[in-house]
Amino acid sequence: MEAIYLDNNATTRVDPAVVEAMLPYFTEQFGNPSSMHSFGNKVGLAIKKARMQVQELLGAEHDSEIIFTSCGTESDSTALLSALRAQPERREIITTTVEHPAILTLCTFLEKEGYKVHLLKVDEKGRLDLEEYKKLLTDQVAVVSVMWANNETGTFFPVVEMAELAHAVGAMFHTDAVQAVGKVPLNLKDTKIDMLSVSGHKLHAPKGIGVLYLKRGTRFRPLLRGGHQERGRRAGTENSASIVGLGKAAEMALESMAFENTIVARLRDKLETAILAKVPRSFVTGDANNRLPNTSNIAFEFIEGEAILLMLNKFGIAASSGSACTSGSLEPSHVMRAMGIPYTAAHGTVRFSLSRYSTEAEVDRVIQVVPEIIAQLRKLSPYWDGDGPAAEPDKAFAPTYA
Amino acid sequence: MWDYSDKVKEHFFQPRNAGVLADANGVGDVGSISCGDALRLMLKVEPVTDIILDAHFQTFGCGSAIASSSALTEMIKGKTLDEALKVSNQDIADYLDGLPPEKMHCSVMGREALQAAIANYRGEVWSDDHEEGALVCKCFAIDAVLIEDTIRANNLCSVQDVTNYTKAGGGCSSCHEGIEEILVKVMVERGETFKHGAQPKEEAAPVGMTNLQRIRKIEAVLESVRPQLKRDGGDIELVDVDGKTIYVNMTGACAGCQMEALTLQGIQQKLMEELKEFIKIVPTKVSSLSRAMKG
Repeated sequence: MEAIYLDNNATTRVDPAVVEAMLPYFTEQFGNPSSMHSFGNKVGLAIKKARMQVQELLGAEHDSEIIFTSCGTESDSTALLSALRAQPERREIITTTVEHPAILTLCTFLEKEGYKVHLLKVDEKGRLDLEEYKKLLTDQVAVVSVMWANNETGTFFPVVEMAELAHAVGAMFHTDAVQAVGKVPLNLKDTKIDMLSVSGHKLHAPKGIGVLYLKRGTRFRPLLRGGHQERGRRAGTENSASIVGLGKAAEMALESMAFENTIVARLRDKLETAILAKVPRSFVTGDANNRLPNTSNIAFEFIEGEAILLMLNKFGIAASSGSACTSGSLEPSHVMRAMGIPYTAAHGTVRFSLSRYSTEAEVDRVIQVVPEIIAQLRKLSPYWDGDGPAAEPDKAFAPTYA
Repeated sequence: MWDYSDKVKEHFFQPRNAGVLADANGVGDVGSISCGDALRLMLKVEPVTDIILDAHFQTFGCGSAIASSSALTEMIKGKTLDEALKVSNQDIADYLDGLPPEKMHCSVMGREALQAAIANYRGEVWSDDHEEGALVCKCFAIDAVLIEDTIRANNLCSVQDVTNYTKAGGGCSSCHEGIEEILVKVMVERGETFKHGAQPKEEAAPVGMTNLQRIRKIEAVLESVRPQLKRDGGDIELVDVDGKTIYVNMTGACAGCQMEALTLQGIQQKLMEELKEFIKIVPTKVSSLSRAMKG
């Protein structure tokens, strides 16, 4: 049984061409790019090339705006902490309720340090209210951090417009774009976005490499101080093999941008339409008309996501869920809760995230397997009665909190 | 992904006694929909003998919730109600060859479901005042509510105190930041400030146990594990008890065995459960005999 990997928003396989590009940098090209001799020089040139490859993918004006980091989380932390340190007189942050923990947990921590954090709410489709945002924008705001696309639902936020609004009050704008980079065309030079986070392993580069885009002229305070690497903005010897890998992956992502938005999007739509048609009491979460081309998040009512994933895994299918159990927490996904999805559906959300390696045959197989699994689990559910939900599900089963 | 035992997987993929029990005369619905785990237990009880003739379940929940529901029905069938009530959540976990601590915390509701179903059968109303908070200590499955209540009830002021009273933080120690945060919050309420390095309260000796009783209890635990050790050609002896530290000597095949650390960890866990306090077990190379002779 061939494994079917539909969890590409969690991580992606490293493209074989990327691995090939990286290999020499583990062996003969082992030099430190800071060194004066030819060992280092060649590595330095390779990093320069990678920087330009990333620059092109992001549509950045200058290659010096690309800072290599270790991961998306480091880029996020660097961006927010830099914005706060560079403007000590501003004590407020604006972000959203549905950000990745890399932002939310950091903001909770910053709140304890005395900063005021505003969390923008979303509606039932995961959309922001720009009027609410405008009201919060004052000269007290140091930085606004809003993700480009949500990792669970794929829903886009209007970051380009939000960056303009932030600039109007002199606040910096950061976006966590780890899910968007490589899937949607970017042209940062025409935007007011000051900082943007990239994670290599979301676009077929290896884990352990990320980028912080920093628009020229944006005031900056480094997180890591020490060496002169990355023009002193991120000290630490370069992860040269991974940087080269990310460069290659960026180049390939740019080449397959059209494929991602046509073929992959069509496969995603086929998967989603077929499952919704075959499975009663299931629905798409997020904004289906404005989202990443590879992501489909479907809520299956009255059953729990971890159980669905275990069953899928038995059929060799990998996906992920917003249930509490899959994360070891006591609440289902904060994204689902923010959209007001009831618990009986939020726990049963499954995210299918495709890549350019996903095939029609794989999608057909998933379409065949999923309805069976859902039916089987619903037979065990106290909310389910025969072929449909119990007459009044919430009254049919109202457990004592134990 | 969770590291589920084969037994858990088996009960998840082929659950026993799943579905509605048509002629049930005792039904218990328990769980938390916000946590994502809830269970309906249906019993058919023989009115004269109080024997459980049949038991079925329906579960909204994760793999371990479904597997533990299945296990519970298997365990209680044929038992009288009183016998069935002796089944603890730990028994269910043991029946399934263990569960991850996070799962013990929220997805094993067998005992509560049983109490509810039996109350329903007897025409009583069952309520549970159990309150759950976010899991803080993952080593011992201790949640924030328990920690907070314990700090408040005993005026605790250090992480070490919390570990002594609840075991929380006694394992990998990665939750110490979380425990400090709770301490800060509760101490502010009573008008104090948390200071790192505050003297822990005096040792929380279990209530009503003298030193002699405590040592006897320790010996009883060691006695209970001795047969297993002997089976592998080893043995254990108690060398000394110094406050929270229990010195033992591993002998025979146990001495220097690669599994020694693991064995000791198991014994330490057992001791903590029996003594209801946090202790540390330390192996010594000196046997009690040679110590006595030197003394």
